[in-house]
Parts: sequence; C-alpha cells; structure tokens
Amino acid sequence: MRIDCPLCGARDRREFYYQGAAVMLARPAPDAGEAAWDAYLHLRDNPAGQTRELWQHEAGCGAWLMVTRDTVSHVISGVEMAEDVKRAAL
Amino acid sequence: MRVAGKGLIDRSRRVRFSFDGKTYGGFAGDTVASALLANGVKLMGRSFKYHRPRGVLSAGSEEPNALITVGKGAQAEPNVRATVQEIYDGLVTRSQNAWPSLDFDVMAANDLAAPFLGAGFYYKTFMWPKRFWEAVYEPIIRKAAGLGALSGQSNVDTYEKAFAFCDLLVIGAGPTGLMAALTAARAGADVVLVDEDSLMGGRLNAETGAVGHQSGAVWAAGVVAELSGMENVRLMSRTTVTGVYDGSTYGAIERVSQHHAERSGGRPVACFWRIVARHCVLAAGAIERPIAFQNNDRPGVMTAGAVRAYLNRWDVSPGKRVAVFGNNDDAHRTARDLVAAGVHVVGLIDARADVDVGDAAYPVFAGAQVCNTGGRNALESITVRTATGEHALQVDCLAVSGGWNPTVHLTCHMNGRPTWREDIQAFVPTEGAVPDMTVAGACNGVFSTAACLADGVAAGKAALKALGKRTAEVEVPVAEDAPYALEPLWAVAGKGRAWLDFQNDVSVKDIRQAAAENFKSVEHMKRYTTQGMATDQGKSSNIGALAILADATGRAIPETGTTTYRPPFVPVSIAAMGAGGQGHGFAPERWTTSHKRTEEMGAPMIEAGLWYRPSYFPKAGEATWRESCDREVGYVRKAVGVCDVSTLGKIDIQGPDAGKLLDFVYTNVFSTLKVGRVRYGLMLREDGTVMDDGTTARLGDDHFVMTTTTAAAGAVMRHLEFVSQCLHPEWEVAFTSVTEQWAQFAVAGPKARELLNGLVDAPIDGESWPFMACGPVSVGGVTGRLFRISFSGEHAYELAVPSRYGAALFDELVARSEKLGGGPYGMEALNVLRIEKGFITHAEIEGRATAFDVGMGRMISAKKDCIGKVMAARPGLVEEDRPQLVGLRPVKADGALTGGAHLFDAGAEPVRVNHQGHVSSVGFSPDLGCMIGLGFLRRGPARMGEVIDMVDHVRGVQTRVTVCAPVFIDPDGERVRG
Amino acid sequence: MVELRETSPCAGLLPVTLGSVTVEELTPGPMTSLCVFGDASEMSAALEKAHGMGWPAPNRSTGKDGARAIWFGRGEVMLVGVSPDAALRKAGAIVDQSDGWAVVSVRGAAAVDVLARLVPVDLRGSVFKRGQTARTQVGHMPASITRTGAEAFMIMVFRSMAGTLVHDLKEAMAAVAARG
Repeated sequence: MRIDCPLCGARDRREFYYQGAAVMLARPAPDAGEAAWDAYLHLRDNPAGQTRELWQHEAGCGAWLMVTRDTVSHVISGVEMAEDVKRAAL
Repeated sequence: MRVAGKGLIDRSRRVRFSFDGKTYGGFAGDTVASALLANGVKLMGRSFKYHRPRGVLSAGSEEPNALITVGKGAQAEPNVRATVQEIYDGLVTRSQNAWPSLDFDVMAANDLAAPFLGAGFYYKTFMWPKRFWEAVYEPIIRKAAGLGALSGQSNVDTYEKAFAFCDLLVIGAGPTGLMAALTAARAGADVVLVDEDSLMGGRLNAETGAVGHQSGAVWAAGVVAELSGMENVRLMSRTTVTGVYDGSTYGAIERVSQHHAERSGGRPVACFWRIVARHCVLAAGAIERPIAFQNNDRPGVMTAGAVRAYLNRWDVSPGKRVAVFGNNDDAHRTARDLVAAGVHVVGLIDARADVDVGDAAYPVFAGAQVCNTGGRNALESITVRTATGEHALQVDCLAVSGGWNPTVHLTCHMNGRPTWREDIQAFVPTEGAVPDMTVAGACNGVFSTAACLADGVAAGKAALKALGKRTAEVEVPVAEDAPYALEPLWAVAGKGRAWLDFQNDVSVKDIRQAAAENFKSVEHMKRYTTQGMATDQGKSSNIGALAILADATGRAIPETGTTTYRPPFVPVSIAAMGAGGQGHGFAPERWTTSHKRTEEMGAPMIEAGLWYRPSYFPKAGEATWRESCDREVGYVRKAVGVCDVSTLGKIDIQGPDAGKLLDFVYTNVFSTLKVGRVRYGLMLREDGTVMDDGTTARLGDDHFVMTTTTAAAGAVMRHLEFVSQCLHPEWEVAFTSVTEQWAQFAVAGPKARELLNGLVDAPIDGESWPFMACGPVSVGGVTGRLFRISFSGEHAYELAVPSRYGAALFDELVARSEKLGGGPYGMEALNVLRIEKGFITHAEIEGRATAFDVGMGRMISAKKDCIGKVMAARPGLVEEDRPQLVGLRPVKADGALTGGAHLFDAGAEPVRVNHQGHVSSVGFSPDLGCMIGLGFLRRGPARMGEVIDMVDHVRGVQTRVTVCAPVFIDPDGERVRG
Repeated sequence: MVELRETSPCAGLLPVTLGSVTVEELTPGPMTSLCVFGDASEMSAALEKAHGMGWPAPNRSTGKDGARAIWFGRGEVMLVGVSPDAALRKAGAIVDQSDGWAVVSVRGAAAVDVLARLVPVDLRGSVFKRGQTARTQVGHMPASITRTGAEAFMIMVFRSMAGTLVHDLKEAMAAVAARG
C-alpha cells in the first residue's frame, strides 16, 4: 500500500501512522452534550466503499493527512493536508 | 538417460552432488531433477499421507512431488523443489517423508489403510475420546504425514530484503515477456524483467521450434544480451514474483546463493524484494495439467511439457520406452521430439476420436485413454482402453497432457476472479483484475509462439501508453503458429484411485465424497479434502479438482468457481521476509551518551522502549541486585545520586500560541507559568484517561520545553501535532523534539547543591534556584540548562548539556558524587525512590486510569477546556467505588508484595467477584525496612489503615497488607524544598 | 573550572569501507531547525538575506557543501553548517539541533544499492538527483537522506541510534559487496 503524501510524494505504508476516521477533525464544543461527544469518540461508520481517514506521515514529513480510501477496492482517491481540511471548515 | 548433446547444459563442466547419501554426476545447468533423471533415478519422494512412491511430475516451480531437503545441519532447507534446485559441486540433498529409506518406507502401510483415510478422515475417525486428539491422535498423524522438517537449529545464513523501483515490471521472460521488455526498453522506459528460472527464455528453452530463423533458445539469449546491455533495464533471473499488493507493489523472492556452494562473507542466501512499478506486464505463462486415472502417480508419469523440457533443455530422456497420452495437439509435440531424439515412442494415446496425425513414426491410439499403470517404485506398464478393449503397453515413462492452465494466480491477489474460457477449457485473468497491469501471452490464453511474441509487443506498447511514453516499432520475428485444440478430459472413468493433487494425496473419489457430504462450495471442498494446499498450492491440480466437483454437483465449471489464490505464489522462507531482523537488527537500539561508561561499570541494561538504561551499578561484594539497589537508594536519601534521564522525551514548543496549546493539552494551566519556572502537568486522552505526565518549563514568553515519559515520547509528539494540525491549525506554534540534543542528568540528594556548586561556573543557592526553578547555566564554559525538579522527593536538579558533552559530564558527576559519599543509580533505585513518594509511572497510568483514579481529579482546571475534560467527567469515571491509588505495606515486615497481585478484603475468598483492586508497583524501601507498594483499591482513599489481603495467584503469594497514603517518606515534602 | 570534552555520535564506529562503499562520520558544524508557523515567506526572505539561501521546497535542499538548508518536514528546514542569523528568530522557531543527529556520508559506486536494502524510497540517480532530500526511514529509524554527489549521500538519524545506523549499513554493505 502506498499513500501519496502531498509534501513527500508516494510513499510506502510503513512510513505512516493510522489514526482512524476523519470524524476526529470535528471536535465538539465542551457543552455539545453527551450524544455529540459519544458520536465523536465512539460511533463510527463502517462503509463498504469510500472512507475518509486520518493518517500521519510520521516517519516522513510529520504532516497529518486526510486520506479518502475505498475499503472494497483499496483505491486511494484523495490525500489532503489535514490542516487545510480543518482550516476550510473553521 | 542422456540423449544427443543438443541441450542447454554445459557438458564441459561436470558437477558432483549427492542424493540420499549417494553421489551422482551431472553438468552445470542441471537441476537436481534433471540430473537424477539422467542417472536413471525416478523415485524422488513419498507422498504426504499414504507415503506412495513419487517421481518428478514437472520441470518447474509447480512441482508437487519431488520435494527434497538441501544442505546439512543448521543450513538444511526442507521442501525445496528438485525441479528448481540447480546442482553444484558438493551439493547435499536428501528425500523427505520416508523411513528407513525412500525405496522401503514403513509408513507406506498407510496406503493399505487407505479405505479408512479418505477425505475428512480425521474429522470422523478421531472424535473420541475427546482428550485423545491432542494427546494421541494429532502427534501420531503429524509424525506420519508431512513434508520435510526444519533443522531445529538457529539459522546461520544471511538473508536480505531490498526495495526496487521501475516504470515497468515485466514478470516472466518467455517469448511474451522478452518482447514486452524489449519494446518498452527500446522506447526508453525503465524496465525490470523478472524470471524465476536460472535461464531466461521460458518455454523457448524447452521447445524445438525456431524463432526468427534460429532456435528459440538462441533467439532468447540474443534478446537477453541486448537487454542486459541497456542502462534502463535490470534483469533479475532466479526471482519469482510472489505477491501483488496495493499501490503497484510486488513482492519477489530472489534465490541469490541457493545455486552456489559459497555462502560465506555475508553473501545472502535469498533476497526478498519489494518492487514498486508504475506499470506491470504479466507474462507468467501457463502450467500444464495432468489427467486423472488409476495409479497415475507412479514414478515415470510426467506432464508432456516436462518430458519435452528434460529432453530439449537438459538432454535427458526420462525413459527408454515412452508413451504419450493427451487430449490436445500439444501432446503430439512430445512424441515428435522424442522420436527426433531417437527415443522409442511406444504409442500416442489421444482421447479425441477424430485426430489426424499424418505419418506418425509410432502407433497412434485415437479415441483411447490410459486407464491404469503398473509397476512398484517405477512405471513398468500402462493399460490403454480403446473401443476394442484394454491393452497393456510396456513403458517406463508416460507423458501426459490434459491441456494448459494460464498462470492467473497473481491477477487474483487483489481479489480478482478469473474468467472461464470454453475454447481452451481454462481460466484466464479478468481484465482489470489488478490496476496498472497488462496480461499477455500464455497466461492470457495465447498459446502459439508467434501469437505470444506479437502479444508481448502489444503489451509493451500498452505499457508505454500507460506510462505516457512514445513507442518505437519492434519487429515480431517469425515463429510457429500452430493452433491449440483440445477436448476436455479431466478424469478417466474407472475403479481405484485416480490422483488429482499428488502432494496431498487427493483423488477423484475424495472430491466426489466431499460433494456427496455436501461440501459443495469449492472453498469447503478444499478444506475438507486438503486439495490445493501445501507448498505447490495445487498449481497442477486445482482446475481438474474443480472440474470433478462441478461434475459431481451438476454445475458448470465457471459456476463452481476457483478457490482464492493468495500470496505467496511460491513458498517464501520466513528468514527472507524477516531478513535483517535477527539480533541487533530487530529494532533500533537507542544509547544514551553515558552508555559506554555505564557498561564499563558493569551495569546490566534494561530496555525502556528502544532505549537502554542501567538497572543498577553493581559493586564488589554485592551478591544480589537488591544490595546494589538499596545502596543506590541510600545515595539519594543520604548523600547524592546521579542518574541519566536523557531518555525522557523533550519537546521544544515555540510560538505566540504555545501557552494556549499547553493549556489545551494539559489538564492544568500553563499560560500563567512564569518564565524560569517549571510545572508538573497531566495529559489526558480525549476519552478522559491519563495519557502521560511530566514537567514543562517556560524558557521564554513564547518558549517552553515539555518533558514526557520515556515510553510515551513518540505518542505525545504525535498527539501535539494532531492537536496543532487537525484541531487548531490557526494557532501559531511549532514543536521540535530535542530529546537527542540534550544529555540530561538527575542530581538528587541532600548534597546535590554541594555537588553542583563544585561543577557549575557560577554557584547557585536556594534563592537563585528555588524548587521548580529553571534556566541556563554554564558548565565549564558550556551553556546548559538547569531544572530544580525531583522524582525522588529529595533536594534535586536535572542538569542538561548539549549531547556532545554528555559522556564527559556523566564522568564528572560520577566522580564528584562518589567523593560526596554517593554515586550513580539505576532504574531499580529510581523506582524505589519514586514509589516511596507515590509518584506515578506508566505502571499506574496504564491506559485505564483516570485523573480521579490517581488522586489528581482536582488538577483538571475548571477555568478552561482541555483534551479529555468532557469525557473525564462522565459519572462512571468519577464514582467513589472505582479503584483508586493507595499505598500498601505488609503487616509483617518480611511480608512480600508483588506487582500485578490482586487485592481482597481481609479473609475474603480470593475470587473474581470479591476483587477489590490490584498492585501496580512494588519495591523494597531500605528506610522503612520492608516492601512497599502502590496499588488501586476500590474506595481506596476512604480505607486508610484498613488491613486487607494481597493475593498473587500466579506466583502463589498471599500477604496481609495495610492500606496507607501513597507517600511513605517525607509526607510534607520538606526535603525537596530545602 | 571543569573541562568537558566532546564526543561525536559515531565515535569509535566509523569510518568503514566494504566493497566499493565507504561510510564516514560528518561533522557539519551547527545544525539548526527552522520552523515556521504556517507561512514561510518571512523566514525565506530572512534566510536569503542572511545566508544567501532560499527556503527549500519539499524534498529539496538549497546552498552547497558547508552551508545547506535542507527541507526537513512540514514547515521545517534544517540549516546546516552555519549559525543562524538572529534575524531568523523573528520569523519562526529556531532550535539548536547541533548535537541531536548522527550525520554520516555514504559514498561509492554501490552506495545506491546499499541504501536500496534499507530505504523504502527510490534513490536512483535518474530520480533522486543531487540536492534532493527525503524524510524517510533507514531500516526502522527515522532519517533524513540527501544526495550530495553522483555516488554520495548524507544520512542523518537520531544521535542515540548511531550504533544501529552503522550496524544496519554494515550488514547491507557486506551483502552487496559479497554479491560481487
């Protein structure tokens, strides 16, 4: 498996740390309530198809990345800098 | 038996090797199989289950029968295919799965018991009594059945792993692969051409047909010569691509030294390659399939293509009187080649009735089948069934062809399923099964040499197009273009056992029995019968077996489907995959600047993450580690001890928003910390449990340096980057690990300041350096950092200097501390010192404990948000009944405490329902003269003074203990401020 | 006053030559990590003005032997060989790393083959040219690899891992040399 890091280029999977669903980008407000926090921390979709995940290029440039990946075909259709995704959402 | 010298072996280089203790001669270029056949040896192995005598079936890596052990002692390698192993002077090989000898194998008695050992026999036969399975049946079965055994010794050979990159990977160097590589290479593409044989050329080396008016082998050698002269081409022979992975990554195993006697000097035996290719041309060829009939496994029965290969490439006729049996035109070539080489062909048996062979120089039995064989350890006769009856023919070799199966395996590694082609009665790869792969030639169902050459060019051009490169014209040489016609024949009707999977002794009857017992799915049939398992993975038998299954279940073959082909395509030794991972290569070893001196002082090292730290520093006269540890604890409590603490993570944090970030990742407030001061901080995970703890110092308005625990340094750095990049990219803050930049030493004990004041360039006092102060300090003109912090409860400092001075500073500190009645201390003493003060480590914050549990619930600031704050407030995480941090002391001074032991009410039965908590850390306190411990106890803080039981079920220890506050020494913390 | 002698990260471990490849310890002088808070334009201008080097693009280095700015990751550049000008401090975080890294050169005809045993990145000359750099791994170690010549690379790993770096390189060098 290879991930096309926006900074470093395509790199072997061994250089990356896998975090999980990109849901983690949207941290609820402290007073968002139990349901929102429960969803943020614990509830995850498990799609057969496209997922958005967070990876860190830990052994490379250190950038956190949002990777769009198909769980059936394993095709990675997009890799973005997580900070860019987050900034756009701010 | 050698025939006229026209093959590709080097007759000028004689080679001697041994098989089962007997020495044989051969020539350079021979495999063990070809050389043994040349010496008239047909019996090469015993089958897995019934110990039936078996000879070589094939001439390639698909070989199911001729498995041998190569080498001696620790270097012995089992289950090597004799068809792949090249011979060299001094090569030692032996047969497997036979005792006392290959010719007379006692376990062949299994074959007589065959009626009881059919498919699924052990599921039915060995059911009762239940406990007999592990104790009796399994060991007996394992001993009787099997392949070669490992040496049982440590591996002494060197293996290698490597990475390769290219524009185009061409798999297979037969006519198709050579043309594809040539087409792409001439256009300037960066090409890697991989072939599993020692000699590139594929079937061209095994056939007599001409290519471009020269012999196929000569033509192939010419192309290989051209390719090898090109800078943009890398040729990798003896290399088998074993797997296809995401991102156009291919695994391949290269036999580097397995064809050599020379293995010394670090020369690797094999190399496991990971090849990343932008595009791939798969030209893996095809594998011939046998036909099942009674006793079709007798040594001397071989595939027709293998007989041609031995004849044309290795100058060996596997027999003197050969018959050929097939259902297709290709089989006829074998008869023609044998006759041309002067070998007596007893007859050609073609299952097709309407077959025209013209003027054959041998009897032709059209519309006939071979239905049985005779002989013991070698073939002596066959029975031919024709329209007029059964006839016996005296033969010592039978060449069989049931047609060819395209080698589709690699196209299935990414979940692709092959497509059935009725015209060739075989599966071919499904288009697009692997992204960025073009399939060409025989593995795509293209069988004539001319068509393969043309298909190779087309594949090369397709690859160039995919790579965005211009194509150059490549001329396709003239070659045979014979049609390939066949009529399906999977098994000859009849009684007795007709073998499909030779390696696992699976017969037609077994498949039918599986179907009858409702194991109708091809995957179920495989598991029930073991069809297609073990080293050959059923390469020559799978399609036949599923054809039988289809017939037995009344389905068509495509409807029945194939089993899943998974990596590896051929066996790969674990040693190759794990190359470099033995000994020092297992993981990086992180050494502190004091490492050398520490080892010189005889300190045993323990691993802390990747770091190596001293357990204790033994002195002459000390018999146990405890004596050393007690002495070192005494240094710190009574004089001064020094300890290398460089392994703790140090993260430099700078930026206008540094304080804001720290407030967010720590439970407590750091933005108010004054410059020149240090504060202890607790860090939570977002789920409310404790992630890490440590001190953070403020070096400037926008400049902090955070300390993490040794174990969590990497995780904390990742966490900070996560917060900064994923949650608050608008904050202006940057992190840099400075763990390695600074060598840092704890100087702890009542004489700590005295020691420092002889060392630092300007003296310090309580006013300039109060508890929790920090700042720059000069040591011998070197600018360091001094932190007045303590992990022992004593008056203590941590002194950091740039790492180049670390070794020298450690020497100084050891010498100066010894003069003051102290010395260096290791992890054992450090642990006792911190337990005596109730300071936590990851033994306490082990991923489940909350701030509330460790008595730090109030450290979660009410004034601000922080990671983990919301979830830490969940009712279940703050209820009084939770196990919480306490101190533990044995009621009797000699009572033992053990880490991991469980806590129960005094006298309660030590069972799960009565569980009250556990012990997290223990040590012997020289000051208290007894063991002390930290643990987690339900409602702990409310149970001070209570006497309870500690029970260690694993070590068999039971001790009555008193619950106490988790601070055993200097409860008011006076020493640390003194 | 106490005198503290210096010890280099690879002291006692290098140089080593096996086959056509030589590994030597480099002492490049000051090493400073320059980190920006997002936008690098201010730091880039300061670097250009003070040291005559541009802020390198990802996977590139600027400058030359003796004074280089090596891209070192997201928002980070390692300034090697010169002490950072005070003006740089205004443009971001400046962190002394002179003692934090073991720095070696790997030179020789088979240098690229040796590194192919350890590094999961394409370092062939046609792809990874002089001045190009990569943050990646050597074996299991985080590393910075820069091509400094036709047959020469500069490799940096954490100082504490110097022993493992030399061990891993020697194993790979021996295997490559033994193949002939």
